[in-house]
Amino acid sequence: MGSEDHNKNWVGKPLPRKEENRLLRGRGKFADDIKLRDLLYLRFVRSPYAHAKMVSLDTSAAEALPGVVCALTGAEIALQTQPFIEIGPEPFAKIKDYPMAVSKVRYQGEPVAAVAAESAAIADDAAELVQVEYESLDPVVDAEQALEDKSLLHDEAGTNRVWNGVFEYGDVEKAFKDAAYVVNIDRLHFHRFSSTPLENNVVIAEWDPKDERIYYSCNNSFPSFAIQFLAAHLNVHIDRIRVETSDIGGSFGIKITSYPQMAVCALASKKAGGRPVKWVETRSEHMTSSAHGNERTFRDTQVALDKDGVITAIASRHIDDCGAYPRYEPLGCVIWSQVFPGVYRFKNARIDFIQAVTNKCPVGPNRGYSRMQHLWFLERVVDICAHELGIPSDEMRLRNYIRTEEFPYTTPNGCVYDSGNYPKMLDIAKRLIGWDEWKRKQIEARKQGRLMGIGIGTTLDSGTNNFGQSQIVNPGLPYSGNSQGANCKLDIYGEVVVAVGSCPQGQGHETTAAQVVADVLNIHPDLVTVRTGFDTERNVHTGFSGTYASQFAVSGLSAVHGAAQKLKTEMKQLGAFALRVKEDEIEFGMGAQGPELRAKNNGKCINYWGLANLVNANSAALPPELYDVTLNCRYIWRAPFKVPDKQKKYGNLTLTYASQLHIAVVEVDRETFIPRILDYVAVDDCGTVINPAIVEGQVYGATAHGIGAALMENCVYDAVGNMLTSTFSDYTPITAVNMPIVKYGHIETPSPHSYSGAKGMGEGGAAPIHTISAALQDALFDNGIVIEDSFNNADSLFRALVGKETSQAETLVKVERRV
Amino acid sequence: MPDTIQSVAIKVNVNGKPRSLKVEPRMLLVEMLREALDLTGTHVGCDTTYCGACTVLMNGAAVKSCTMFAVQADGAEITTVEGLERDGQLHPIQKAFGDAYGLQCGYCTPGLMLSAHHLLSRNQQPSEKDIRKAIAGNTCRCTGYQNVLKAIQLAAQNMKGA
Ligand code: FES
Ligand code: FES
Repeated sequence: MGSEDHNKNWVGKPLPRKEENRLLRGRGKFADDIKLRDLLYLRFVRSPYAHAKMVSLDTSAAEALPGVVCALTGAEIALQTQPFIEIGPEPFAKIKDYPMAVSKVRYQGEPVAAVAAESAAIADDAAELVQVEYESLDPVVDAEQALEDKSLLHDEAGTNRVWNGVFEYGDVEKAFKDAAYVVNIDRLHFHRFSSTPLENNVVIAEWDPKDERIYYSCNNSFPSFAIQFLAAHLNVHIDRIRVETSDIGGSFGIKITSYPQMAVCALASKKAGGRPVKWVETRSEHMTSSAHGNERTFRDTQVALDKDGVITAIASRHIDDCGAYPRYEPLGCVIWSQVFPGVYRFKNARIDFIQAVTNKCPVGPNRGYSRMQHLWFLERVVDICAHELGIPSDEMRLRNYIRTEEFPYTTPNGCVYDSGNYPKMLDIAKRLIGWDEWKRKQIEARKQGRLMGIGIGTTLDSGTNNFGQSQIVNPGLPYSGNSQGANCKLDIYGEVVVAVGSCPQGQGHETTAAQVVADVLNIHPDLVTVRTGFDTERNVHTGFSGTYASQFAVSGLSAVHGAAQKLKTEMKQLGAFALRVKEDEIEFGMGAQGPELRAKNNGKCINYWGLANLVNANSAALPPELYDVTLNCRYIWRAPFKVPDKQKKYGNLTLTYASQLHIAVVEVDRETFIPRILDYVAVDDCGTVINPAIVEGQVYGATAHGIGAALMENCVYDAVGNMLTSTFSDYTPITAVNMPIVKYGHIETPSPHSYSGAKGMGEGGAAPIHTISAALQDALFDNGIVIEDSFNNADSLFRALVGKETSQAETLVKVERRV
Repeated sequence: MPDTIQSVAIKVNVNGKPRSLKVEPRMLLVEMLREALDLTGTHVGCDTTYCGACTVLMNGAAVKSCTMFAVQADGAEITTVEGLERDGQLHPIQKAFGDAYGLQCGYCTPGLMLSAHHLLSRNQQPSEKDIRKAIAGNTCRCTGYQNVLKAIQLAAQNMKGA
């Protein structure tokens, strides 16, 4: 695009972020900072049981409390709304998902009623007065047990199995017949955790009775998705719902699924005669009932390898646990296959993928969504095979990585990996950590009886989804491709103003969008105003707009770039008219009066105000052939996708494939069993970098999330479905004292699929979870331990090493040697 | 609204301004700051004194304002993030957080800066370990702390000259 657009100055620089000015001064505008006249405060009443019938529910005492304006129950909502849309096919499409339980509760923390009152404190008091009687039912906390269908969560579906599909490619039978080694791994398990954004969910809703419109100020991170669910549920035209977001205190995907709470707030506002209703989630509510990441169990894995340890086939059964309601699911049942072979070359595979409901909090697209579980599984497979066959873990990877000369690489299921260079990343990571030196130290340490291990984790961050993959889970869905909108205009006094359809939560979109526009117009980014947050009434969103799935650098900035190019074309037309020269004689740049257009030869110039004035306030001076010039340019960027083959489950599912390679050195204390990180390296490749400081920040942040998840953060349920980690003090998000210094390395393999060569990279692919599992296994393999779970703390390591209850290689892994 | 609970009159000095307020005994300090005084730069991230998003200075010491009642602040001097800058000039700690990319979403940042303030007012040359300990009660979910450490080191350096 844009032959004369090679004046790149700002893209690629670590420009200070525009967002900082307000955030550093405590003047950010987060959803809870918004106050409205006549505001009511909503509080939910939640189920203490994981699975129970509701026998009675009485809100009269709550309603009688002075200051309470109304109460709302699930049964009442069911009478006036449609159940939420189900993404999955029959029979699960039959289930009735309402924003509050109607006659039965299905997870601890599920809302059963809500009260709205004049103050938050009164709402708190009132919620305690709601009387609910329950009759408990058998809870199903484990997904494999759920599949036995002994206790059903949703009677309408007749099963707890949400989805099932077999992904088979190549000739699996033949690969196993020809194998030199077959490694059997009985069970691996990826635990449930959440990236827990520091700001909880917040909704302010106002159902205006005058014009039947609903206004939302909230921190939902995928509003264009939410309004589709809300419109159908509330029986309201989608254009009558306005959603605005402002500053968002992190989401990591977790805030995508806040639409049920958004529905309740709107219905409460309606019942309260249109007064605005605000709900601010507490941390405990967030932990028990917003969304968790998907938990997954990998059963009966068989790996075929040739005599050199090259993997030739994998067969396995994966059981995903989506909690009590599918909501965003079963999309996760296909999204993992964006990275079907991970970074590896094997061509033959059969994965039987099953998803089940359980009596736990519903899941949501948590950072690294659905792919990290699968990538962790593959890294476990590679390390277990390497250890069993006695091949060093770095060597094992080099033998199995997709080769650099093979890019763009088509995976067995038809995904196209745009670019990459995994061996080079491994090389850089090894150098940064001092691989040989650590290997030497490890030998020393082992002699002293210390448990030290070195692990590698290679991961992918696939970005910019092809929504056509949704048709693989449900052939009836009308979605495909991916698009993003942006608007770039010259305002009445010549200001450059950009609006995008994303709703950033710290990714610096205001800054990077300004960098892109500044380069197109050859001006300073400070002269570009980027609208903050998301607003459905700005008309820049498409059906897929939001901030999720690692894509802004590709889809968002491509849209911004397209809009800026359109504006530039119009400005040039106008400038040529005003300066009486040909369009190709026009130059963009800075003049004495700010940004301007110049004629190359005669030195005449016109500033942005002059241009804008011609269109907006001096239109009689314009010739009719320039009447189409509006200086208000909307551009929709569309990803070059095709609809995948639903039967074969084949096609390109994502546009870009950023990669990360981490190495960790970990030691398990012999006495306390506390695992400690001694050294850590992260190397990333996200193609051409727009703002290196922002990219580096994303890498550190994703690394902290991964290390936290690997060692500290686990959503624990007991056998009857009580959540045991419902506060931060129990869940223990990683802090500064637990974070090692991360040594950072970087390569750039530009993506041929984005205008700038950039790849989406916000999720990070959970590399630390793979890496720490690998390092722990390296530390403990000689003690007969195979790392079977993605979560490992002192307690679980003690149970493995001393109690010999879990992770025993001799029961988990069997190797058939045919050579 | 019912007046069953007696409100209590308190006097506090917030960011250099004396304030007289009537508060319910159960009102938390953070609620007073955010709701009664509209100082929304102080945030809430948990309910259990873990995350430090609510950190403010009380008589120069960092406290978690979600874990104190407003009445306990009677007679105290409180500094919130809004009180850090002077005449529109950022405090060196604010500046360092910006320069070192010590924030992403910025939700934790006010609390982190005030914990840093507490540290640097007592220890002008903190080691990396000192800094980690000083912010152990501040959760940040975006930055992975690495640039936060750099920011506080940078602030220490810049403030030494001052
Ligand atoms: S809100 Fe005060 S410590 Fe978390
Ligand atoms: S910057 Fe988002 S929580 Fe710290």
